[in-house]
Amino acid sequence: MTDIALNTTHGPSRNWGKLALRWLLFTLLGIFALFYLMPLFVMVTTSLKSLEEIRTGSLVAFPREVTFEAWRTAWSGACTGIQCEGLRPYFWNSVILAIPAVAISTILGAINGYVIAQWKFKGANLIFSLMLFGCFIPFQVVLLPMARMLGIMGIAGTIPGLIFVHVIYGIGFTTLFFRNYYVSIPQELVKAAKVDGAGFFRIFWSIFLPLSLPIIVVTVIWQFTQIWNDFLFGVSFSQAGTQPITVALNNIVNSTTGVKEYNVDMAAAIIAALPTLLVYVVAGKYFIRGLTAGSVKG
Amino acid sequence: MTEWLERHIPKMVLAPSFIAILVFVYGFIAWTAWVSLTRSRLLPKYEIDGLIQYERLFASPRFDTAMMNLFIFGTLFIIISMVLGLLIAILLDQKIRTEGVLRTIYLYPMALSMIVTGTAWKWIMNPGLGIEKMVRDWGFENFSFNWVVDPDMAIYAVVIAGVWQASGFVMALFLAGLRSVDGEIIKAAQVDGIPSWRIYSAIIIPSMAPIFLSAFIVLAHLAIKSFDLVIALTGGGPGYATDLPATYMYAMAFSRGDIGQAASSAMVMMAVVFAIIVPYLYSELRTKHD
Repeated sequence: MTDIALNTTHGPSRNWGKLALRWLLFTLLGIFALFYLMPLFVMVTTSLKSLEEIRTGSLVAFPREVTFEAWRTAWSGACTGIQCEGLRPYFWNSVILAIPAVAISTILGAINGYVIAQWKFKGANLIFSLMLFGCFIPFQVVLLPMARMLGIMGIAGTIPGLIFVHVIYGIGFTTLFFRNYYVSIPQELVKAAKVDGAGFFRIFWSIFLPLSLPIIVVTVIWQFTQIWNDFLFGVSFSQAGTQPITVALNNIVNSTTGVKEYNVDMAAAIIAALPTLLVYVVAGKYFIRGLTAGSVKG
Repeated sequence: MTEWLERHIPKMVLAPSFIAILVFVYGFIAWTAWVSLTRSRLLPKYEIDGLIQYERLFASPRFDTAMMNLFIFGTLFIIISMVLGLLIAILLDQKIRTEGVLRTIYLYPMALSMIVTGTAWKWIMNPGLGIEKMVRDWGFENFSFNWVVDPDMAIYAVVIAGVWQASGFVMALFLAGLRSVDGEIIKAAQVDGIPSWRIYSAIIIPSMAPIFLSAFIVLAHLAIKSFDLVIALTGGGPGYATDLPATYMYAMAFSRGDIGQAASSAMVMMAVVFAIIVPYLYSELRTKHD
């Protein structure tokens, strides 16, 4: 912890300067807060206005008359191309896509991390480096062969296909998270357990897993955010009916038929953002930990 | 037999993931690299035919624009996010009672999909109804802010949205860095009467060099991968004024049916990432093993 409030030089004449500085500080912080909050504010207020009010009123004004019509349309009536079922089916696509993809990649990451951190064998570090490197590649470089591979496997354009893709390209990160967590657990623990006759899986199950709650939370949040917010894989490997919510949102916003309904666009954007925002608000601490862990190395 | 099994279980457990990475990362990179050397169009061909795709790529004005945009966007996005992130981190480091709330506000954009960010900013910067109209309604009749539809300015609109999304995250990195500086040195400097701006510029910031590097790597990585943001905000337009290599690659692969161009542009993206990441990873792994 550093202890560095704006340096104080004593004496009553300095107090005014200090106070002014303090005000300046809060003003600046307030302006920045407004900059970050403004888009959210505009999204929410726009989504609650009628189109008429949007055309006549100001961007940053509160709605004169609150209407949830746009939300209803966004959820169950907006057109994504030729279909007009709103975001609802795509929201559920994203849910049934994210749950297994997050679960499988987290489980694989845990077991991989456990091996790499605690059961070192010759070449384990090389394997880890290769996996780590896989986190950094621009996914464009695997899009074409993956599209063909999914076709060969018979899961092109399906949700299982998307789950498969997210699991494969999520393993690197989840392994990294668990490896870095398990590496700080003393190896004597495994040795002692082995002497007591416990095997590989028993040690994982009874010793490591119970210690893992924080890193499981971090990994699940990280993976959920990544997968829910993904657009590139979604748009490349889905077809009409299996698209995740980000793709549907983009289709609603960019659909060229009919009147542009900005209030519906904003309601749809908020719906698409809600799950990850909720996770952020509820578990912000773990979210930030994942971000910094994943970024200092990822 | 059971002893053999016991000894090899760790390897067997790791094997599926390892094989998956080998095939789906390294094998696929090799496939893309191979195809980038062929005359593939709608369907992949496997006869190697030299650097024809790369010649086409670098002769293409559209890809030229995409690379230029990546350079403009990347540079501004990285510099502005870093400056803003560092500034806010220092301001937040002044014993602010509401720090927790403010931090939450500054960082929440990072939880959003870039599609959401793009959608929101597209609306805010809408020339007819967004900021432009708002300021005109305030009485500034000649005010103009139509960056999203102006081919010369659209890429800067992408920068604004990108900075909004990522700068809070840089702030969090820097704030953690500021907090990890040795408090004793700072106390000593304070006792010596050194003003705080000097303490920051001469002691704290120089000691955060590794965090600057991390932030740079993350931001550069985000910039190269930026695809969704452009798609949602400008769709690559007007025309192809805001194309990035990522959107170029996607257009070639999925709408133009030009696999050769898609593969070669993907390899160029890969090369850019390599140039930035490999030295970093190398130094990281080396210091770990020593």
